[in-house]
Amino acid sequence: MLRLNNLAKHFGGVRAVDGVQIEVNKGEVLGLIGPNGSGKSTIVNLICGVFPQTAGSIELDNIDLGIKPPHQRIDSGVSRTFQNIRLFDDLTVWQNLWVAWRDAPETEVSWLSNWFGSSGDRRVEIEKLLDFSGLGDRSNYKAKNLSFGEQRRLELARAMASKPKLIVLDEPAAGMNSEEVRDLKIRILTMKDLGMTVLLVEHVMELVMNVTDRIVVLNFGKKIAEGTPAEIQNNPLVQKAYFGFATNSDGSD
Amino acid sequence: MEYYLGVLQTIGVHALLGLSAYLLLLTGQLSLAQVGFFAIGSYVAGMLTVMVGWHIAPALMAGAIAAGFFAFLVGFPALRVKGLMLVVATIAFSEIVRLFFFNLNWRVQVDGLEVGPDSTQGFREIRYFAANGWEQFHVVALIWSIVVLVMLLLWWLDRVRAGAVLRAVGEDELAAQSSGVNLTMVKVAAMTAGGIIAGIAGGLFAHSTTYVDHHTFSILLATFAVSYPILGGLRNVLGTLVAVIFIQGFIIEGLRFMGDYRNILFGLLIIAAMNFRPQGLVDGNFRSDLAKLLGLKPTGGGNDA
Repeated sequence: MLRLNNLAKHFGGVRAVDGVQIEVNKGEVLGLIGPNGSGKSTIVNLICGVFPQTAGSIELDNIDLGIKPPHQRIDSGVSRTFQNIRLFDDLTVWQNLWVAWRDAPETEVSWLSNWFGSSGDRRVEIEKLLDFSGLGDRSNYKAKNLSFGEQRRLELARAMASKPKLIVLDEPAAGMNSEEVRDLKIRILTMKDLGMTVLLVEHVMELVMNVTDRIVVLNFGKKIAEGTPAEIQNNPLVQKAYFGFATNSDGSD
Repeated sequence: MEYYLGVLQTIGVHALLGLSAYLLLLTGQLSLAQVGFFAIGSYVAGMLTVMVGWHIAPALMAGAIAAGFFAFLVGFPALRVKGLMLVVATIAFSEIVRLFFFNLNWRVQVDGLEVGPDSTQGFREIRYFAANGWEQFHVVALIWSIVVLVMLLLWWLDRVRAGAVLRAVGEDELAAQSSGVNLTMVKVAAMTAGGIIAGIAGGLFAHSTTYVDHHTFSILLATFAVSYPILGGLRNVLGTLVAVIFIQGFIIEGLRFMGDYRNILFGLLIIAAMNFRPQGLVDGNFRSDLAKLLGLKPTGGGNDA
């Protein structure tokens, strides 16, 4: 579904991403791991159009995304969460989802009702999404007044609000306690059951090893391994590059 | 009576100017270009009634459209700069407009009289209201119906998705883009709408004072325009109106006996507001604070949750 062809991004002389080939299949959860500075976040930003690639291409369903800006990637069907939570703090939980909301492609919505329709039109559907995220009773809270775990869940719900084909999760477990990580694990598995495709960039091994179908390992901007969680755990190259000196399975950096 | 009506006129025009800056602040753009749009609205509307003999309504509309058109043009380069750089860029725009009208000399003969903008002498013959038998009361009514209309529109905007999107852009541009918001479209649309509101304000101002010149359109006026929504807070449109009434009605008019010292008070007030009410005068706790102040039982309705 998503294919990165020899993707490269250079910042000045730094080759943050250096010719990476990754393919995410429809309906799978692909893990993307690697030590700090290995190029994971750069890849997320390239996929989501925050900055253009230096070389290579990004294809979604065999359509080249080119150098489309972020909001057009949403139109193409890619959405994301952020490593550091970025919500609309002064908007309510409900409004956070309303901003990102897209009606299903088969429903015809006029430009006018999309922008100037009142809140009633989509309330039922958005509340369903809130219930799924365990935020049903927080609808009218301001985002900044939520607890950390709730903010993470809201960000995930906001990424789902545009009904994307692919969701990119950028370190969703960062800063979470073990109970919140367990909750996130169930949530990602539920999303997979619902047929969503997920690219999971993560440091927390407990999460990555338990929810992913395949894992790609990066180091110094290059792909050094690819395989099932079991294969990756036993790969000596990976152990040397990653587990050897970054055994932070509790999520701390 | 005439004096009070005059104060009401001023408050009405400044309220419109403040509301145009409010709309832009929602998207996180601190713009000092509003006075430039205001000037364009004044001159265009004034020239149409005086030199071409238009009725006031189409003249005001044309002034608003002209100001909106320039705001649309300013909107694109404004996308590239943020914060202080946007402030500097919009000051530059306002100064260009001011200096253009400072130099504009376009006199024509109407009914045997020479009328029109006279560069440094200003534009002195905008007497549409007097010439057509409007009384001052009617002028005040016209200004305030437009103020109420604009406030209702902005109030309604906060109840539809577009309002939430504007605020989302003001909160976090990258997160908004990553939620599918077209930043260019939203910011340029806000700039254009703000320009239209400032343009109407300009047209009303020119006709109610009968006389404008380049001094009117100084950076000081632009500073006033942005200080209203900053002081009043961005929670809703009422804040801006409260701030205008407070500054124009109380500080500038009410304390007239203090002479120029009250300008110092204006500066102190801004500093005090920043420190004690950083969310603006009318924030989430305004109702309960007011109740406390009046010795009523707090309703607790102001909780942000």
